[in-house]
Amino acid sequence: MINPLPYLVIVPLAAGFFIPVFGKRIKPLGGFVAVAAMAALFLLSVSTAYLIRIDKVLVYNVGRWSAPVGISMVVDGLSCFMLLIVNTVALLVSFYSVEYVKRYTDPWKFFSLFMLMVAGMNGVLLSGDLFNLYVFLEVAAIAAYSLVAFGVEAVELEAAFKYAVMGAVGSSFIILGIAFVYSSASTLNMADIALSIADPASNKVVLFASVLFLMGFGLKAALVPFHAWLPDAHSSAPTPISAMLSGLLIKVLGLYVIVRIFFNVFGMSPKISMILISLAVISMVTASFLAFGQTDIKRLLAYSTISQVGYIMLGLGVGTPLAIMGALFHLFNHSIFKSLLFLNAGAVEEIGGTRDLRNMPGILARSPLTGYTNLIGSLSICGIPPLGGFWSKIIIIFACIQADRPILAFVAAAVSIMTLGYYFKAVTPILFGTAGSSAGKAGKKRLPPAFALPLVILALLSVFSILLLVPGIGRQFLGDAIAVLVRGKEYAGILTGFVK
Amino acid sequence: MISLYVLCMLLFLVGLYCVVRKRNLIKIIIGIGIMEYAVNLFFVLIGYSEGARAPIFAADQMIKKMVDPVSQAFVSTVIVIGLSLTLVLTAIAIRIYEKYGTFDITKINKLKG
Repeated sequence: MINPLPYLVIVPLAAGFFIPVFGKRIKPLGGFVAVAAMAALFLLSVSTAYLIRIDKVLVYNVGRWSAPVGISMVVDGLSCFMLLIVNTVALLVSFYSVEYVKRYTDPWKFFSLFMLMVAGMNGVLLSGDLFNLYVFLEVAAIAAYSLVAFGVEAVELEAAFKYAVMGAVGSSFIILGIAFVYSSASTLNMADIALSIADPASNKVVLFASVLFLMGFGLKAALVPFHAWLPDAHSSAPTPISAMLSGLLIKVLGLYVIVRIFFNVFGMSPKISMILISLAVISMVTASFLAFGQTDIKRLLAYSTISQVGYIMLGLGVGTPLAIMGALFHLFNHSIFKSLLFLNAGAVEEIGGTRDLRNMPGILARSPLTGYTNLIGSLSICGIPPLGGFWSKIIIIFACIQADRPILAFVAAAVSIMTLGYYFKAVTPILFGTAGSSAGKAGKKRLPPAFALPLVILALLSVFSILLLVPGIGRQFLGDAIAVLVRGKEYAGILTGFVK
Repeated sequence: MISLYVLCMLLFLVGLYCVVRKRNLIKIIIGIGIMEYAVNLFFVLIGYSEGARAPIFAADQMIKKMVDPVSQAFVSTVIVIGLSLTLVLTAIAIRIYEKYGTFDITKINKLKG
């Protein structure tokens, strides 16, 4: 069977360039090509997951130059896990966008940039060396800056400029860090770096590069204190893009790269672990307090994203196998329910005509489907028992207790209660608001049918995400991703064994 | 040689200062450009060694010492990325000027919270 790895980048890039060629003449083509390409990418990522079920790793050498000399694309348990999340959510979001972008004059430009963003994210997940990772990261980030500004209204431009400047500073730190690593290791292949830097704790150059990477990727992941761009960008961007940014982009460009570098390339040290945990705790607590004061749905969801990313970081920072399991499971859940909630906020705006919680007409009476999917997403993020969010949060809390960190467990539980608080504040007016006819006049009465399908699928996914923990169904799949992080630097040896 | 590295880091900090402290959008974009140049210079410095030359192999050539061509290849890629980033930033800045009528970042403050 042919190797699917290069096609995961080639297909979205080709779609991204094909759409502008014909999209100007044939209006509906852009959306059609984007959804078709995303469906193909979804199938490709499923086939990748099928191919790596035995060997656990799959390598593609670009131009047949093998690893330290040439460029290699590598997929292992962790990147496969992320690839499936990215392509599933992006498929649903692209379907939603077809209806959403009808309000803009040139929808094909939107889809072209959208495909470039997906290409960048898939490239980040697949690349086996730091420099290609940087290049794909910039492809995804520059597409994201343009997409945030897509509506070219005053606030969107302001948010996009802020995001672009902060993102550019973060990228400069990252590339400077890569330069330092190259000067010390004389190679940029990640497996090769892991082998050539024997003792990262005493290597001062690597230590400095670690700090630069933490700043750069921490900015991409929007950990407090690097979070200032996120609430503006998420609340001003077109709704499908908010869902993409919050559900996927900050996880792929931020969290995934941080864990890849610090677990598999440099190796985890107590210092780094402590820094990650402190960033996580600050993010969780600060963002929850800030979320209480918000009156715009999308802004509230944006602050909640920062807080939930803190949970994922906390699990990864604690670093025991159970904590990593909780973190990765929470990452999965958060991608699903946060994109659900953002897409839902778009639907609420469409029906109710406003995003302001203070004069929200009740949605439940007008469109029960929007109301119930919103309820499922909100309950899941608050951690109400049968839904996915509960299990991932409780695993993280138990892991903190098991690792003898009761204070962290207490903080995680307290922030969970605060999450319940601010979602209660948001959900009540959305479902049962009484502002009624005066504010709701601008909105339509019914939910567009094209919005309904992604909402229902995402709601079902967030109900049944517990299947990932059940042995025999999803446990193996999640287990492969956890194994990559638990084995840490040992993994590089396995990888180079394959490459040579 | 070490003073070159120090000057290179200083250039990076000048760019960072420019991004953080300046209030004009265009000056901020220039600051980002300066940071990129500093990083490019740093890549070239890593690959450089005293008295070395470019690694061009031919039948009648003998090269004792050569500079690292890989880091120079990185520089060309970083320049292209920097160009596209500058283009996006400038395009957004022009549209901001159309909407707000100013380049002053303290007066562009419709987003709060």
